[in-house]
Amino acid sequence: MSGPQRVKFYQTGTFTVGNRLLDVSVRSVQSDSTRNNSLNSGHRACQGCGEALGARYALDAAMRAVKGKLVVANATGCLEVFSTPYPESSWRVAWLHSLFANAAAVGTGMAAAMRVKGRHDVRVIAQGGDGGTVDIGFACLSGMFERNDDVLYICYDNEAYMNTGVQRSSATPAAARTATTPAVGDQPGNVFGQGKSVPLIAMAHGIPYTATASVCDLRDLEYKVEKAMGFHGARYLHVHVPCPLGWGCDTGDTIKVARLAAESGLFPIFEAEYGEVTGRRAIRKPIPVDDYLKAQSRFAHLFKGRGDPARVAMIQAIADRNIRRFGLISEGVPA
Amino acid sequence: MLKQCEGSQAVAEAIGLCRPQVICAYPITPQTHIVEGLGSLVKSGTLANCEYINVESEFAAMSVAIGASAAGARAYTATASQGILYMAEAVYNAGGLGLPIVMTVGNRSIGAPINIWNDHTDSMALRDAGWIQLFAEDNQEAVDLHIQAFKLAEALSVPVMVCMDGFILTHAYERVDIPTQEQVDQFLPPYEPRQVVDPDDPVTIGAMVGPEAFMEVRYLAHAKQLQALELIPELAAEFKQKFGRDSGGLIRTYRADDAETIVVGLGSVNGTIKDVVDDMRNDGVKIGGVSICSFRPFPTAELNKALGKAKRIITIEKSLSVGIGGNVSHNLRMALPDRNTTVYTVIAGLGGRPITRASLKKVFKSALDGALEPVSFLDLNLPVVERQLERERLARRTGPAAEAILRDMNAAPATAR
Repeated sequence: MSGPQRVKFYQTGTFTVGNRLLDVSVRSVQSDSTRNNSLNSGHRACQGCGEALGARYALDAAMRAVKGKLVVANATGCLEVFSTPYPESSWRVAWLHSLFANAAAVGTGMAAAMRVKGRHDVRVIAQGGDGGTVDIGFACLSGMFERNDDVLYICYDNEAYMNTGVQRSSATPAAARTATTPAVGDQPGNVFGQGKSVPLIAMAHGIPYTATASVCDLRDLEYKVEKAMGFHGARYLHVHVPCPLGWGCDTGDTIKVARLAAESGLFPIFEAEYGEVTGRRAIRKPIPVDDYLKAQSRFAHLFKGRGDPARVAMIQAIADRNIRRFGLISEGVPA
Repeated sequence: MLKQCEGSQAVAEAIGLCRPQVICAYPITPQTHIVEGLGSLVKSGTLANCEYINVESEFAAMSVAIGASAAGARAYTATASQGILYMAEAVYNAGGLGLPIVMTVGNRSIGAPINIWNDHTDSMALRDAGWIQLFAEDNQEAVDLHIQAFKLAEALSVPVMVCMDGFILTHAYERVDIPTQEQVDQFLPPYEPRQVVDPDDPVTIGAMVGPEAFMEVRYLAHAKQLQALELIPELAAEFKQKFGRDSGGLIRTYRADDAETIVVGLGSVNGTIKDVVDDMRNDGVKIGGVSICSFRPFPTAELNKALGKAKRIITIEKSLSVGIGGNVSHNLRMALPDRNTTVYTVIAGLGGRPITRASLKKVFKSALDGALEPVSFLDLNLPVVERQLERERLARRTGPAAEAILRDMNAAPATAR
């Protein structure tokens, strides 16, 4: 599903197949020396920041898709703070930060202004972290969806409030340790609630395009951004971006951890049009959630001493449900 | 064109003449008729080239206006009461970013207890948000102030709140002269933004600013308001020249030149104050009025001049700074350095309680006699409050206070009125 050309991966066990195996026309945006560098180097993100990686790929892909005619509304959060410590800016796009909760509404306003000014070539992206999207910015996001405003909203989901020091958000997974869900007591870490899948909620709005993506498959991320820019109306892209600091993983393991999330089924990668799932990133061979959890100290309490197999089993059940629900293991050869 | 119409309708027509490009609409009493009127103007095509967006909250209303204004469109919204509090964070943000958004506030009280009627608590809560605040005395002035507001906002890149008393003005049918499109076009040029989100000239707006520059950026907002002190009278003069009407300006005086007692008010209450001034002048009392049109920026120098020889000043205030008294009087004291003038704060009309001529006359006479408390509450039924305090002294679980006060009033009709 990552582009029209089918590529055989001869280097088994890796995903590092080079662009040189691909036709020039389908090479990645990042491999293009004329890429925009929308989020330029020199910003102050932590080592191994998944959000910085995701934002860079997403915006460069968007800039290429709309021939540079892009404006961006950014929610408060890590991405905003590490990219614009006054008087420096890492943004090589027209960029506005207003508040934590209103990026989607600011995007709506920008789109309205462009329409009324006859700038039909200019497209709008609004973006934020999971706190600014799933929690505090949720009402504005839903309003933008419901009106079908011409905005692509990108959520970079690192599963907690990282900018303020790793506090729980409603995107924080069950059992995860954060500063406000400490790993103490009989039921350590975050609660097993009902969860909150904003991609599914976006689909329930029936918007033209909804997708999830992960920094473990940056080609897929680029493809989905480009595809999203081909639609008009409200679009939603939810990108899984590990945070080494908050998750307690090695800064060199960002992509590996993201891949474990996808390959275990805990973070299902799929796309949907007008509320119907149209594609999924199939899992070659599902890995047990233990592999994903053990790679991060935020779940360390699940494996201390005799461990907590009951709770790990509950997390495995979530992964299994995702695999069933989205049909992540398809018959035959995966895409 | 002269017409007899509802204040909200007149304001909607005036805003339409200002050619807003993005209107964010969310209903809240008593402002709703304004955005309804604008909706009709856009749907019917009378107001062309305008995006009318039905948002999901006041917070979104101001946020959409921020995005639109930053992207170079003339943006407008209207709100009141709980609505302005719900959007408060975005109101400050628009002020901080220097986006020339114009917003009507149909002034209404703030709950709890929930109350839909007029006072100024809502605007006063946001007086320090970096917005210019203009208060309309009647519906004609509400119309005229909106036309001036867009020009003022865009000249300085500062947002402007036009405050008009809920129901008393928004729902009142009055004679209003609505200007022609040509007149407004001659007065108000198209919007030329100072900063704009544009892919052809990309800039970063809304960067994080640390202690090294934050003071300067905030002071800039103050400097803009000081510039507005110059510009507001200039625009009022230009408006008078082009439209033939006195509207706006910083303050207006009424029989104040030789007055020993001056009554200061904001908004529609000035009409009642003037009636009482006339009445008492007939009795030989040297009394006058000063209407503050621009509350932000606060016209300190003009007030100092206008309040010049007065021995006593009485502020009629439709908001209560709980725990101390009046907002207006505290600001006013800044205009009266080294003066022994007595300033009386009269809190009046909260939650829509009528401010009657009889009550005002009584309180003015009381001030003349030196019998008025520094902070007083017009037509307050104090015995009812005292009985509630007594109930709370006697028992722990007295239940919801507002309901207890209502029950008490129904049982024992007010005596202090």
